[in-house]
Amino acid sequence: MDQIITAAVAVVAVPLVLLGYIVLGERVIEALPDRLQVAIRPYFWALPAIGFATIFMIYPLVRTVIISFRNSEDSDWIGFANYKYFFTFPDTLTSLRNSLLWLIFYTSISVILGLVIAILLDRVRYESLAKIAIFLPVPISAVAASIIWKFMFDYQAPGTPQTGTLNALIGTIGHEPVAWLINSTTNNAALIFVGIWTVTGFCMVIISASLKAISTEVLEAARMDGANEFQIVRLVVTPLLWPTITVVGTTMIINALKTFDIVYVMTNGAYDTDVIATQMFSQLQHSHYGRAAAVGVVLFIAIVPLLVVNIRRFQQQEEQR
Amino acid sequence: MSAEQVTTRRESAVGAGVSTLDRLGYRLQRLPLHLVIIIFCAIWLVPTVGMIINSFRGVSDMGNSGWWTTLFPPHGFTLESYQQVLNIEGVTPSILYSVLITIPATVIQLAIATMGAYAFAWMNFPGRNLFFIVIVGLMVVPIQMTLIPVLQFFQLIHLNGTIMAVWLAHSGYGLPFEVFLLRNYLGGLPREIFESAEVDGAGHSVRFLRIAVPMTIPAIASLTIFVFLGIWNDLLVALTFLGTSPYRPFTVVITGLVTSLGGGWQFLTAAAVLQMALPLAVFIFLQRYFVRGITSGSVKG
Repeated sequence: MDQIITAAVAVVAVPLVLLGYIVLGERVIEALPDRLQVAIRPYFWALPAIGFATIFMIYPLVRTVIISFRNSEDSDWIGFANYKYFFTFPDTLTSLRNSLLWLIFYTSISVILGLVIAILLDRVRYESLAKIAIFLPVPISAVAASIIWKFMFDYQAPGTPQTGTLNALIGTIGHEPVAWLINSTTNNAALIFVGIWTVTGFCMVIISASLKAISTEVLEAARMDGANEFQIVRLVVTPLLWPTITVVGTTMIINALKTFDIVYVMTNGAYDTDVIATQMFSQLQHSHYGRAAAVGVVLFIAIVPLLVVNIRRFQQQEEQR
Repeated sequence: MSAEQVTTRRESAVGAGVSTLDRLGYRLQRLPLHLVIIIFCAIWLVPTVGMIINSFRGVSDMGNSGWWTTLFPPHGFTLESYQQVLNIEGVTPSILYSVLITIPATVIQLAIATMGAYAFAWMNFPGRNLFFIVIVGLMVVPIQMTLIPVLQFFQLIHLNGTIMAVWLAHSGYGLPFEVFLLRNYLGGLPREIFESAEVDGAGHSVRFLRIAVPMTIPAIASLTIFVFLGIWNDLLVALTFLGTSPYRPFTVVITGLVTSLGGGWQFLTAAAVLQMALPLAVFIFLQRYFVRGITSGSVKG
């Protein structure tokens, strides 16, 4: 009950407080001399946002780097010991390998599927209906998607009726059931596929939006010149879509590196399916803050190139404004 | 998901006034295309549909036969799983906690973001570009990088394990993206409106509340849907800050059941259906805003 009241108060009070902050603050600022007004006002307006970003992102970033060089009690500097642990301990190395698998396969397959489906759907009358089917998993949480796919991958002993859709399917062609999530040759692929399944609709929608922006005349001209459909896709459409593909690709790379939910819910990292984010979380739960922080820093370093790319792209856009 | 231009594109591939035989040949030629699309749609649709069907079957049925067997009589549909899930201690309150986490967190961050975005769009100040570049950079920083210090911060101010902690954390994590998006939107509004308001003697508070906010409603609406669902579906933040607290949201409780049950988890299909009912309803009824939120965030970003 208390929680309900607190939440209700927050929903009403936070906008009211901000309103009061704006109105009263502006009144104070307007009373100041002009030159002071100009100097103070922007910071006054940006302060809440900058404050939140500082407390919850900038300060923690710096602090995590520091923690990664300290022991788990945070009482002494231990140099690179946490990193050394991460790069030598077999379990963490497995998580590093798996994250690499996610990075390569999740990213490339989801972008390619998004592109292929967008192009295929562009050619049929029931496009919007088919798009809904492909997009459906996007609003679904990873938790629900994991339960959906636990049923797809469900395994019963050979000879008993299979309850998992996949094993029943391969059973119809006489194949023995596979323990998809336990078998170490299939489990990472299975998890990565679930990730791809949840995100392909996202890639497709964005790529499709810029596909629609390509003028029909361009395609028309290519057809006049005798290009077949495959040539048109390869030589005309894909190059025109390239900027969008790179944007979607970077988003997918970041997603791949941050992958947590699906692995945590479906296998909890068992049977060698750990990724760096789940590895970090289990270190955190065991209060190995230093080690967890080191994993976080490794993750961050992997993302730095994308961060630079993002900022560059932003600066280019700013010049065009 | 617009269907504009589709017809023209599709038909431009076929010349007008072709014979019936040609048309038949064209149809046949396109058969593989339809087949591939149908297979894709099936892969993306069947898992969800299968699980929803399963959630309405008896718990023992689910463990003994596949969901497809229910398509033929006797169907044996029942609400057993739903009863079983909702009777587990903590499940019903966790749905309430999910609501109590999601709504305030969404309101708090969007209110702060809109205000900050206004400053970045319509005020000049030293360091503005630098601050904004930092914000663009923060958009891609994985939240894993921040969890430990934020956790320690909450422990320090005795907020750890409270719903308020999750509001604040979500707000902090969501802000960079929201400020970025809203600043681009606000910055695209016509300058003349703000200038004429200034000439008329309207201060910044009036310009913000009477002009900027009302004109930004479309962007705020799309963003609200997006942020709301993001928090509703979140697992990592809630798990980190509320993992052992009594106020665990629905996703955390479901996950706890999945990992602790081992066998006999089948009735959790009902929990999954309940958890995804809201996002699916939002997607179906507010599809346009939802997709706009996604495309504006990525194509322009």
